[in-house]
Amino acid sequence: MNRPTVISARNLTKAYGDLTAVDNISFDVPAGESFGLLGPNGAGKSTTMKMIGGVSQRTSGSLTIMGLDPESHGPEVRAHLGVVPQQDNLDEELRVRENLIVYGRYFGLPLSYLRPKADELLEFAQLTDKANSKVDALSGGMKRRLTIARSLINEPRILLLDEPTTGLDPQARHILWDRLFRLKESGVTLILTTHYMDEAEQLCDRLIVVDKGRIMAEGSPATLIREHSSREVLELRFGSERNATIGVELQGIGERLETLPDRVLIYAHDGEAALEQVTARGLRPMTSLVRRSSLEDVFLRLTGRSLVD
Amino acid sequence: MSVLTGGHSATDVARERKFGSLYSRNAKAVVGRGLMAAKSSTWLVMVSGFFEPVLFLLAMGVGMGSIVGTVQGPGGEEISYAAYIAPALLAVSAMNGAIYDSTWNVFFKMNFAKLYQGMLYTSLGPLDVAIGEIFLALLRGLLYATGFTAVMGVMGLLTSWWAILVIPASVLIAFGFASFGMGITSFMKTFQQMDWINFFLLPMFLFSATFYPLSVYPQVIQWFIQAMPLWHGVELLRQISVGSFSPATAIHVGYYVVMIALGIMLTTGRLRQLFLK
Repeated sequence: MNRPTVISARNLTKAYGDLTAVDNISFDVPAGESFGLLGPNGAGKSTTMKMIGGVSQRTSGSLTIMGLDPESHGPEVRAHLGVVPQQDNLDEELRVRENLIVYGRYFGLPLSYLRPKADELLEFAQLTDKANSKVDALSGGMKRRLTIARSLINEPRILLLDEPTTGLDPQARHILWDRLFRLKESGVTLILTTHYMDEAEQLCDRLIVVDKGRIMAEGSPATLIREHSSREVLELRFGSERNATIGVELQGIGERLETLPDRVLIYAHDGEAALEQVTARGLRPMTSLVRRSSLEDVFLRLTGRSLVD
Repeated sequence: MSVLTGGHSATDVARERKFGSLYSRNAKAVVGRGLMAAKSSTWLVMVSGFFEPVLFLLAMGVGMGSIVGTVQGPGGEEISYAAYIAPALLAVSAMNGAIYDSTWNVFFKMNFAKLYQGMLYTSLGPLDVAIGEIFLALLRGLLYATGFTAVMGVMGLLTSWWAILVIPASVLIAFGFASFGMGITSFMKTFQQMDWINFFLLPMFLFSATFYPLSVYPQVIQWFIQAMPLWHGVELLRQISVGSFSPATAIHVGYYVVMIALGIMLTTGRLRQLFLK
């Protein structure tokens, strides 16, 4: 499958004074892909998103969105973009359905198109019965869904989602993921920033792991895990005082050992076998858990830090 | 556009491109949004902004006017004190309407509602937003001015058919204040800073030859007041209200034209700096 490239970044850099928020990153996104930027707060994800949307000017490097430079063709580029910002910026002076229609007007779309489209999107966002509610009467999850519905009013080819589920409860997150998954199926290119590994694993075909403005690794979630982590992880808790010193006694078990303040991680192909070795040495962890490696482990491996502090 | 479209020089194309990231000819969407939001919002605030100058007119014009009697109008003729201050208060009314929308409303939308952020993530450019918001402020200025002119008519303070021109002139005044007000507001980050606007407006309202002629001041103070925008509005409307024009009329109008142009440049530049950095 040879799909056209819709976003192409080359040596993209953004500096605010002394601080380099985005440091010389390059990536390409083909049409229809779901592409993730995974990294902790302050990694430069949102800044990258803003440059793609043409609302932040790059310091150097090149960036094209469907062949256009967002800096010189801002309104044209944004006509094909849907944007879900990190913080909802719904229009609280308008009602739910009015939010969709007015936003569509910003794109210069006619009301004859917007009226049925708004109803369709309310349906999609499961907000039909809230059409005439005030925005501040909606729950956090509903507001998020409305923001996503709003971003789709111009039938964008590319949807930018900046931390789409941060601050939502698990149920609201799953509803949202379901909606995003349907969009992906319908061929919309998704660009997604997140610091949730499960979100990245669920939604992204391919992702870049960013830290301090740099790309640390790139690939599909499965490839990244295979390349940068073991198949399984054994998590042990010995209590906060013992965790720090137990490392020496665990030497030689598994492929690699990571000591965190609250637990010890042993990376091994076979987690159960590793646990047997631990007990064979006479060590008695308070709790033990064998799980598959995740992107969290990849990030820890690449940066020495965890994603969510 | 293609090479075949005649009369499209290279500079035109370049200018279009330069303008392209600022403006998408869709300020009407911003206006539409404002009208839709107005439906459900602050009618009370709007009405209070209209009544303030009316109350001044009653208290000062009718009340004080009864001891002042007649004064000399712009053309040298004797007019009632109420007829003297009414056009000045109309200028204040237009200013208030424009300032309310372009400062407090804009301040809130910019810093709390994040409204412009959302708008600029669409096809709208900062110039669309600036024009739309300023137009809304003008609309409010027009409403206030029309209402106040009606009050003047009812009170018998309009003596010339020229007086109907005070309405478009009020819109001009509102335009000047709205375009500048929005630009200035973009620098404000806190409520305390917003208070500076009142700190500037109140003395301008009281001392811009609103209630007595400029000639009571020493020369230096006169110059200072003549540099302020409201004085030009007061003088302009006062001249129109009695149909007495002079070369100064053109200067007053010119003052506002320049103020509008500078204000729009400032506002667009600031919106770009703030949201497209």
